[in-house]
Amino acid sequence: MRITQGCFSFLPDLTDAQISAQIEYCLQQDWAIGVEFTNDPHPRNTYWDMWGNPMFDLRDAKGVMMELEDCRKAHPDAYIRINAFDDVRGIESVKMSFIVNRPAAEPKIHMQRIDFIDRAQKYSWDVRY
Amino acid sequence: MTTEMIDATEKAPPTTIDLATEYESSGVADVLRELDEHLIGLAPVKQRIRETAALLLVDRARREMGLTQETPTLHMSFTGNPGTGKTTVALMMAGLLHRLGYVRKGHLVSVTRDDLVGQYIGHTAPKTKEVLKKAMGGVLFIDEAYYLYKPDNERDYGQEAIEILLQVMENNRDDLVVIMAGYANKMDQFFSANPGFRSRIAHHIDFPDYAEEELLRIAKSMLAAQNYFLDDAAERALADYIGLRRQQPHFANARSVRNALDRARLRQANRLFSEAKGPLDADALSMICEPDIRASRVFRGGLDTDLAARPQAAV
Repeated sequence: MRITQGCFSFLPDLTDAQISAQIEYCLQQDWAIGVEFTNDPHPRNTYWDMWGNPMFDLRDAKGVMMELEDCRKAHPDAYIRINAFDDVRGIESVKMSFIVNRPAAEPKIHMQRIDFIDRAQKYSWDVRY
Repeated sequence: MTTEMIDATEKAPPTTIDLATEYESSGVADVLRELDEHLIGLAPVKQRIRETAALLLVDRARREMGLTQETPTLHMSFTGNPGTGKTTVALMMAGLLHRLGYVRKGHLVSVTRDDLVGQYIGHTAPKTKEVLKKAMGGVLFIDEAYYLYKPDNERDYGQEAIEILLQVMENNRDDLVVIMAGYANKMDQFFSANPGFRSRIAHHIDFPDYAEEELLRIAKSMLAAQNYFLDDAAERALADYIGLRRQQPHFANARSVRNALDRARLRQANRLFSEAKGPLDADALSMICEPDIRASRVFRGGLDTDLAARPQAAV
């Protein structure tokens, strides 16, 4: 099942040239860029593992692409996303986030129904490989 | 974005190229003009940069016509004594390469050994990579590059930084240009111990020391930039000063002159403060006089510590 999150989730996967162009845009806006990865793409899992520190002082997208390359090499079967942080409000708030790598065989998001008090139904979702 | 990509691939190569218009329109002419106007002396350096610019311009024209695909090797080494303008020229070189389209952003990241080499095992690689990431799309200027390699210590982490640098210089030729700078003789030793660098560096530019008359002109232009001027006696004193300072240790060309002027300004301020009785006009505030320069220790034989170190002076 193709799992989508963040910006461009309605588009086919971005090519490296397109990722590079998006990062270039982020750098033009003076946003810091972080690379994050996870094996648990559940929508409620907001805390992905950081691949190194966010990068604050880059001038060119190539620097991020190098980190992305390294991250892909180390975790080819993980979801990897790129986050862009804006510090205009005095905090590093996420302005843009998009997936740049997904595993060959993606997990399913499975819906679970649970009976509750007075025959009420509760729903929850979990990621199943 | 996609339309741009299609445009770029569909554009037919031009059949003729006018180098003179290319020269003007690319902005190379401006950089070279700036080089001529702002840098005093350094004739061989200017000549080499003009040659390099011509080569790159022709190479770019050849690429546009589809005669060549390869990115030329642009890594350089600047050798020369301290204060001969290596960093200043590197800054202009970054501008030049940017206007010719050989680097995408054209910023200069200036580093020394401390920025590249770590303090413990596993510290060097991330540190070097951090700097390289910052320099992507621009020019990485490694000052006193020979310190990276310490032959007397085989466990030195500099070697690790060197290996990463070599790899990036080879694989990321489109992304950044590395300029290594340092004293001529130490850089020669460095290159002979690391033949990988020699083969990857195409342009070696040697910076000569300034002549005394050139240093005096530099001094005057530095003062003019800060709205100061020398009176005639002070100018003679400064000429004497430069002649004497050259003979003494730790002479760093234009940098020594700048430091001397800073101290002269200090003495001038002090003199004005203690001597001035009435109101001062702009000329009085911006004139450096003879005593401001003659008071320097250089006229008494240099720093006391240096005097003690030299046997003939100690007697």
